[in-house]
Amino acid sequence: MSDLFHVRLRHVTWVVFLAFALLAFRLWFLQIVHGPEYRVKSENNRIHLRDIPPFRGMIFDRNGYLLVDNRPSYNLSLIPEDIRDPEPLLEQLQKLAGIDPEAVRSKINIASGGRSFRPVLIEHDLSRETLAAVETNRFNLPGVVIQVSPQRHYIRGKLASHVIGYLGEISESQLKSGHYPGSRLGSLVGKSGVEARWQGYLHGTRGGEQVEVDAAGRRLKVLSQKQSVSGMNLSLTLDMDLQVLAEKELEDKKGAIIAIDPGNGEILAMASAPAFDPNVFIRGIDSNTWQEMVSGGDHILQNRAVSGLYPPGSIFKIAVALAGLEEGIINPSEEVFCGGRYKLGSHTFRCWRRQGHGNMDFHRAMRESCDVYFYRLGRRLGVDSIARYSKMLGLGNKSGLDLGGERPGLVPTREWKLKRFGVAWQPGETISTSIGQSFVQVTPIQAARMIAAVFNGGVLHQPKVVRWAGKGERTEYRSEPTVVSRLDVTPENLLRLQRSLIAVVNEPRGTGRRAQVTGVTVAGKTGTAQVIGLDAEKASRKEGDVPERFRDHAWFVAVAPAENPSVAIAVLIENAGHGGGREAAPIAGELIRAYLGKEKNDIFTDTDTVP
Amino acid sequence: MFDRRLVQNFDWILLLLLCIIAALSLVNLYSATHGLDGSGVPRVFIRQLYWYLIGFGVLLMMTLFDYHRLEQLAYPVYFISLALLVLVLMIGAVTSGSQRWLLIGGVSFQPSEPAKLAVIAALAKYFSEHGEHRESYRLRELWKPFLLIAVPCALILEEPDLGTALLLVIVSFSMVLFAGIRWQSVALLVAGVMSAVPFVWSTLKSYQKTRILSFLRPDMDPLGAGYHINQSKIAIGSGQLWGKGYMEGTQTRLHFLPEQHTDFAFSVLAEEWGFAGSVFLLAAYLLLVIWGINIARNSRDRFGTFMAVGIVAVVFWELFINVGMVTGLLPVVGIPLVLFSYGGSSVVTTLAGIGILMSVSMRRFMFQ
Repeated sequence: MSDLFHVRLRHVTWVVFLAFALLAFRLWFLQIVHGPEYRVKSENNRIHLRDIPPFRGMIFDRNGYLLVDNRPSYNLSLIPEDIRDPEPLLEQLQKLAGIDPEAVRSKINIASGGRSFRPVLIEHDLSRETLAAVETNRFNLPGVVIQVSPQRHYIRGKLASHVIGYLGEISESQLKSGHYPGSRLGSLVGKSGVEARWQGYLHGTRGGEQVEVDAAGRRLKVLSQKQSVSGMNLSLTLDMDLQVLAEKELEDKKGAIIAIDPGNGEILAMASAPAFDPNVFIRGIDSNTWQEMVSGGDHILQNRAVSGLYPPGSIFKIAVALAGLEEGIINPSEEVFCGGRYKLGSHTFRCWRRQGHGNMDFHRAMRESCDVYFYRLGRRLGVDSIARYSKMLGLGNKSGLDLGGERPGLVPTREWKLKRFGVAWQPGETISTSIGQSFVQVTPIQAARMIAAVFNGGVLHQPKVVRWAGKGERTEYRSEPTVVSRLDVTPENLLRLQRSLIAVVNEPRGTGRRAQVTGVTVAGKTGTAQVIGLDAEKASRKEGDVPERFRDHAWFVAVAPAENPSVAIAVLIENAGHGGGREAAPIAGELIRAYLGKEKNDIFTDTDTVP
Repeated sequence: MFDRRLVQNFDWILLLLLCIIAALSLVNLYSATHGLDGSGVPRVFIRQLYWYLIGFGVLLMMTLFDYHRLEQLAYPVYFISLALLVLVLMIGAVTSGSQRWLLIGGVSFQPSEPAKLAVIAALAKYFSEHGEHRESYRLRELWKPFLLIAVPCALILEEPDLGTALLLVIVSFSMVLFAGIRWQSVALLVAGVMSAVPFVWSTLKSYQKTRILSFLRPDMDPLGAGYHINQSKIAIGSGQLWGKGYMEGTQTRLHFLPEQHTDFAFSVLAEEWGFAGSVFLLAAYLLLVIWGINIARNSRDRFGTFMAVGIVAVVFWELFINVGMVTGLLPVVGIPLVLFSYGGSSVVTTLAGIGILMSVSMRRFMFQ
């Protein structure tokens, strides 16, 4: 062999060694230097993490009636790999389930890309009819799968919706706040009511699953699994029978009704109208409907019982009367003449009874709600004294209810006026304040708590809507009656006030006679809150001429039985048009009749058992 | 023909290297294909076993066959091979857009595989007959070899089988370089090819253009070639030093790795046996190639040397391109790993070629 070939073969040998060295170096680079990273990538390829969301706790009323649970939602998904013939399938889906073929096409296009065995969600929460139609045609629909996921279900729809609240997708700020452990983007969390305030108890603990998948996304085996832990169940203090009745009374009206147990502050009924159906937030809601609910004139989402601010009108006379008695300004036997008007400087304040009440002592002035009597009383008390007793009765302060969204309202003082407006308090303002007008604003729950305190021996409780939270045998939370404060008044004065409030309902000429219930002593106070100033009202005296939104609000606060009260009620009807005696008192009477009648028959009222 | 010295001179080392590679190939193939068609021994594995048996039979025949007879038969063999390439374009089976397979007596094979050997033989014959004492060839003396290369290349491109055509060009050009060509000629050649590119490009059909584009830029198609190479790198890299264990490769078992028993067979080995296993296999190939170069060096005659160089070039380039491809060094072209990937035509042809190599090796002490 020629030397030339020997030289060339030596060169070839070098080239070969170099090439193999290059390959070996490449392998070393991939397997040794970057091996750990590639090992992680291969594990990520292989292992798919799947979320197991926990079941949210159920919600019951005080007697164990189920209000909120989780129902299965049937979702239609497509597995792209299993679709044999797309066009007829899309046609079928449109025919059977009304699914837009274009929407399906875009979803499948987005989702496809290697992992074609992974189901793509097409339609959420099929109706029963659609589900049946799809299921019976399954043999005809290769690639279609029906998957089940738990979905929050508000069994009674609108009932107690403001107490229960609703769910929504967690917001970014909520997510960052750290108050929602175990939640992630897209998680549903409580947005209002019990669902929001008791989120921590209701939510439970998320579980997860490691599944081995192949390249097509097919699930091969479960590598490890952590079961989710369902949330705590809640028992509310609400009595559903009373709640149903309260909401029925508010039908086609705007307003609020609240009933509490004067003995411990438990809320027996809390209705706010208009109400909403929390289920719509689960099903998904279009932005127009949402806008209407959030910022529409009706304030549907607002819980009027705790965040509706209203002038108290004559129910405020309870506070003014207590102030007058305690301060020794009222001499119960002293009579004041009511001629239908009261003059202060150049201004004339009218009594609601235009022809006047004649001679009034304290008892009759309360019974007939004589404005002139209270104008004089207020003038002598001064606004700060009125404010002190109002606050003692819990007005103008949050009650501390275990539910979000509460507003404090307002009880004005001289100092407040100066600070707020930079103008001194005017004597005329004291006059309107003494009949619950001017700046005074209270919430219905404050009104109910006030009347409860007058009749339960002077105790202000923290109102409660949740009795206990727990699961199975274990109780995680049990509410105990919490005393916030006690009225610092003499028992004789309290008794005198009570007697006058019993007279409102039970004596002839009492303004609250329509709240009478046979066999039960009801005590209460009417109120008619003016929405616009007296002058404007004067201009259009006839009710029919006043636009609805300027009409008076009707109030009634009541307790029964007066001797040993078991329920305290506040009724507020917005823009009722007539006084509290005509619009609100009968409602309170109805509720008391129903509740006390039921209490007599039902010996299991206080049972904790849950079906 | 059955000379006693033939047995004495039998190249046992070459046979041993082949057996090692074949054994690794079968073991690896079993892992790559088990479970594909239910339980039991995979069909692909059984078939490859048969192909190896046939291949070793052919190897033995080639060993006993005096390669000098091949020198005489080189051109007829070349033309038969061309005829088969024409035939495949006329009656070949079309699979996934290309026409590469001939069905003869129930067995399908790719004529482009034996065509490689035929071209090598024809070139070896040409170079052994022309320019015995020349240091290097001039361009005008090379038009005949170029024609010998160009015709089968054009036919293979027409199938189309870009990978095989490319390989044929590289192997042939390696032989031409070995035969000796002046650097000016190389430069001229390269310039000529470059200037022809725009003209050839304009005559290509659009699907051919797409193919070539994605060949040059695999990242343009992330779910196609890009996805494959990515998964292959993950498979190889995740093997680390000692591998994940036999039949334990998750990339393989869960089919993240494409073409596991053909083009990406090496990635399966690298995942399951790690750096240690891959380097062991590479070492076996290195020894095979070095041994082949040794045979070329020791050959008594020019034809034997050129044959040996051509066959070694096939083994070397197929290995380099395939391993380079699966490790992401080179773009993805459909070239299987020689002797390792599944494929009857390739295994039998390669073993036939190595049989010729053995024949050259055994006759190194004999006079013509």
